Amino acid sequence: MSSTNQVAIAGVGMHAWGKWGRNFTEYGVHAARAALKDSGIAWADVDLVVGGETVRNGYAGYVAGSTFAQALGWNGARIATSYAACATGAQAIDTARARIMAGLCEVALVVGADTTPKGFLAPNAGERWNDPDWLRFRLLGMTNPAYFALYARRRMDLYGATSEDFAQVKVKNARHGLENPYARFRKESTVADVLASPVVSDPLHLLDICATSDGAAAVVLTSMEYAKKHGIVDPVRVAAVSTVTPTFPNTVIDMPLLSTDSSALTGIPDHTFKESLAQAAYDEAGIGPEDVDVAEVYDLSTALELDWIEDLQLCKPGEAEVLLRAGDTTIGGRIPVNPSGGLACFGEAVPAQAIAQVCELTWQLRGQATGRQVEGARVGITANQGLFGHGSSVILAR
Amino acid sequence: MTATPVIDGWFTTGDEPHLLASRCTTCRNVVFPPVSSDAGAAAFYCRNPACDGEAHESVELSRRGTVWSYTDAQYQPPAPYVPASDPYQPFALAAVELPEGLVVLGQVADGFGVADLKVGAEVELVIETLHADESGERTTYRWKPVSA
Repeated sequence: MSSTNQVAIAGVGMHAWGKWGRNFTEYGVHAARAALKDSGIAWADVDLVVGGETVRNGYAGYVAGSTFAQALGWNGARIATSYAACATGAQAIDTARARIMAGLCEVALVVGADTTPKGFLAPNAGERWNDPDWLRFRLLGMTNPAYFALYARRRMDLYGATSEDFAQVKVKNARHGLENPYARFRKESTVADVLASPVVSDPLHLLDICATSDGAAAVVLTSMEYAKKHGIVDPVRVAAVSTVTPTFPNTVIDMPLLSTDSSALTGIPDHTFKESLAQAAYDEAGIGPEDVDVAEVYDLSTALELDWIEDLQLCKPGEAEVLLRAGDTTIGGRIPVNPSGGLACFGEAVPAQAIAQVCELTWQLRGQATGRQVEGARVGITANQGLFGHGSSVILAR
Repeated sequence: MTATPVIDGWFTTGDEPHLLASRCTTCRNVVFPPVSSDAGAAAFYCRNPACDGEAHESVELSRRGTVWSYTDAQYQPPAPYVPASDPYQPFALAAVELPEGLVVLGQVADGFGVADLKVGAEVELVIETLHADESGERTTYRWKPVSA
């Protein structure tokens, strides 16, 4: 793979996930300073700040790029703010990457941070009969876990997946995250623990579903030339950022919609939206799934991790349970998935999460993921999906 | 007080109710929910990217379809969901594939749960009470398993 059209990851940093009850700006600045320190680049040399927007923290959250830049002390850098639901962090990275690749900036700081309420994520207050996200609650009582449950049930009825398989994903990820200092939940789970937890939306139990968390993640991106000039040797590179949207007809029901497109005119497309996210990343990086050493995927539910493994073409549809049962997706296996512990150990901090995936893969590719290292990893891929046709897949290589 | 649909223009009532969809008069692509001025979308722009149609007609969707997947809500969903009873009673949900080529999410009829459903099983549209408010009972569409 050629290193032209790539940018360097000069530094990464995070604030530990949890329920800290403090301002999102504080988490974001903590992560930003950690990433800057990791890069050895001074804040004064950053010429672009891209913030991941948070929709739960008022105006400061809507202009997150500005909020973080001001909190770090105005340095004259340009700013941008991205919002793409759960894919916010990847879109922020893509914005920074594009400006670097265009030669319009050399050093970009990308930061995402959030505070989240307890319980189901719900729409903002008010009556909005033209907002699908409001209507799905009012007319159907359709929560996010209910969508995850639809996908999980389909795996069971079509592929013979079991509740024990789903629980085994949690067991694996809980073990992976034990040594991760940024994970919120660092405790082993057993299959029995998961099955004994209450059913939220059949077939998913409480421990199959990720929590919502406070947290922050940041990366410092530079041009390859800048990295070379400043003695950053053999940096992890961003080989691809895929943020493609669905193509018509989108035939898999997607949050927060109440229906799919009709396939009557065109037939069922060859690839689902999630499959196309990964394919676009592979195409851009010029590699294939056989080149991947490690994956960080969006396990909003345990069953969704299995869907992603197939969407990333790490196995054929319906075979993810086979990989799981054989230990292939465990650290030490053929293709470890979620060595960080995944959302199972973190809980979701929306605008930070896709950046956190990139932080983890950076540590993995540098050989710095203490206690959870995938030995010899050179290529990593992320996968993530948000509401309203957002999603991302990022490929890092070294 | 009489029962009224919780939302206008999405379904017909009576013995053989149907969901209402908007069909492009140019390419015949069908969308649900339908274009509705009540829902703040009076204008129609065809969502088929190969079509620039701007006129639509209302069509009834098939009353029967097959289950794409299903689940339930064991805990009371947050507002703006309005619980039908106190204490809360869990209900089931189904995504149903219709012959018109689209999948439509709905609640499952009263008295039926996930044990009554299977991917690929046949279901039929019924109209039932969703909840009551100051104007009386509000009705909605639901999917009811068709017994073999």
